[in-house]
Amino acid sequence: MALIEADNLTKLYRMGDETVHALAGVSFSIPQRDYCAIVGPSGSGKSTLMNILGGLDTPSDGRITIAGNDIGAMSDDDLAIFRNQTIGFVFQSFNLLPRLTALENVELPMIYGGVLPKERHERAAGLLQRVGLGERMAHRPTQLSGGQQQRVAIARALAGQPALILADEPTGALDTNTGVEILGLFDQLNHEGATIVVVTHDHDVARATKRTIEMRDGRIVSDHLNDRSARHDAHV
Amino acid sequence: MMRTSDLVASAGRALRANPMRSALTALGVIIGVASVVAMVALGSGAQAQVERSIASLGSNLLIVVPGAMRGGGGVRGQAGAGGGWDSLTMDDAEAITQLENVAVVAPSQRARAQVIANGLNWNPEVNGVTPDFLIARDWEVARGRMFDETEERQARRIVVLGRTVADNLFPNMDPVGQSVRMNGGTYEVIGVLESKGQSGFQDQDDIVLAPLTTVKRRIAGRRGRGDTVSQISVKAESEQVLNRLQEDVENLLRQRHRTREGEDDFTVQNLSSISETMAQTTGVFTALLGGISAVSLLVGGIGIMNIMLVSVTERTREIGLRKALGARQSDILHQFGLEAVTLSVAGGIIGLVIGVAGAWGMTTLFNLPLVVSPLNAGLAIAFSGLVGVVFGAYPAWRAAKLDPIEALRRE
Ligand SMILES: Nc1ncnc2c1ncn2[C@@H]1O[C@H](COP(=O)(O)OP(=O)(O)OP(=O)(O)O)[C@@H](O)[C@H]1O
Ligand SMILES: [Mg+2]
Repeated sequence: MALIEADNLTKLYRMGDETVHALAGVSFSIPQRDYCAIVGPSGSGKSTLMNILGGLDTPSDGRITIAGNDIGAMSDDDLAIFRNQTIGFVFQSFNLLPRLTALENVELPMIYGGVLPKERHERAAGLLQRVGLGERMAHRPTQLSGGQQQRVAIARALAGQPALILADEPTGALDTNTGVEILGLFDQLNHEGATIVVVTHDHDVARATKRTIEMRDGRIVSDHLNDRSARHDAHV
Repeated sequence: MMRTSDLVASAGRALRANPMRSALTALGVIIGVASVVAMVALGSGAQAQVERSIASLGSNLLIVVPGAMRGGGGVRGQAGAGGGWDSLTMDDAEAITQLENVAVVAPSQRARAQVIANGLNWNPEVNGVTPDFLIARDWEVARGRMFDETEERQARRIVVLGRTVADNLFPNMDPVGQSVRMNGGTYEVIGVLESKGQSGFQDQDDIVLAPLTTVKRRIAGRRGRGDTVSQISVKAESEQVLNRLQEDVENLLRQRHRTREGEDDFTVQNLSSISETMAQTTGVFTALLGGISAVSLLVGGIGIMNIMLVSVTERTREIGLRKALGARQSDILHQFGLEAVTLSVAGGIIGLVIGVAGAWGMTTLFNLPLVVSPLNAGLAIAFSGLVGVVFGAYPAWRAAKLDPIEALRRE
């Protein structure tokens, strides 16, 4: 069975008399080790879908299972545990806590996972090493560049050893070169076995992934594999 | 689920991030707890003082005075309304001696006289007493001796001085063996009483004791002549029989004076019941003071709630992030609740220290005993903790209920 199975997902927002179909019947499946981009114009429902994939929101209708968890049927506490154990989030604006050092930021999910301090420190230090920030562990976010902050955020996303990494516009706040660096890091993580879903409106970012799902008005309008040569272009 | 040590570390970090704000927020609780502690300590000190000074009059003691007492309770002395001043007699005292449970009966006659010695003069209360008076009042002679019954009956010209009188008339010498002049007569000082201190506003040591017979014949004037006495002190054998003895004395005197209840020409004061009444009164007073200052604690609590609400608004994004990373509602609730409780308990501890210091200052100023029980101190801390829980609950609940998607979108 695939890591993600979505069947006829719907999400409605009621605004007074009007009903917005943020998702209007979306079905797809994403296997383990996939590296997938979700693209589409503004308001097409990308973030809405990401929120449901990440267990931050539940669908109005339809069914979605992620690593065996039926998202629509879970309690708030179960969803919190699901997010902690199964999902790693990477945000456009990094969302690091400014008072914490890079190391402490990476430790944060493990605090909620009940990991003991010693193990927490070791794992966080290892992850920062892995994203190339072994020398910056005691720095606070304000002492780091945007690209470095996003690396810390990626290390944090990996801290819970998640089955799925979700990134909403991960390069949106970065200049082109730094964005390419971050995509390279994702590529490397995917090679090492991580499943990654990236939301973007940038087609260069989409071409760097293995597969592109295109949305419009809450529906999937195309779903295709990217050709390898284009991926290599985006790398450079 | 978050570990407790991580919870504490996180609350501490959040409070240290804004040290000035945390300090000012705690200040509300500090003032509240300090004023409650100081007021209650002051009230308890007053209460202890009242109890102590009444107890210093003598234990298990009934005091019979002529005249009816209007109204109930209170140490009002001879509030002569019904009968005259001369309703109590030596025979009454003799009769009371025959009652059961009586330890000692000491009739006495009060007078005022100018006392002269060494070219100094003083105006104390002169009390004609029998030797049993000291037993009834639990009083001891500090130097010299008390006169005995023979000397009393013989109306000898001898006196025992209270501490205040001795200090004022014989500032630099031992009064025992010296003589004083009263009403034109010369009296030998044979003893000095130990100090009893103040009872209310009255200095109990401003007194001269002389044999009852002597006072009646030579000092008291017209009023003291004949068989009457101004007071009879009755000491019961024990605390348990005191109330019964009071009734017996009342009934006996009613019989002897042929009066009915309500028309008495005498009053029997029961010092332990007066002491109880006074203790109750000061207790109510203490509770009132404590209650009023508890209002300031309430205001401190509202300050905490206010700042916690501000903090939740400011940290909306942080809360959203924490939830996205796996914090449960209970984790967020505990984190913010603990911040509020930490503020209020820290304020409570500092407030307790300041309150005790303030109480110490005030009791020293008013010459009261300092009463701070560990129970009250514990209660103050516990209560400030409760304030943190109560006023931190709503902001923490608001934080816990935040929708993570909304919260993350917030700037
Ligand atoms: N909380 C909400 N209440 C009402 N409508 C909402 C809410 N969230 C999203 N929508 C609507 O749902 C639709 C999809 O929004 P979504 O945020 O998923 O778009 P998006 O594809 O992420 O756009 P963008 O590229 O601009 O981020 C939009 O029309 C939006 O207005
Ligand atoms: Mg979006």
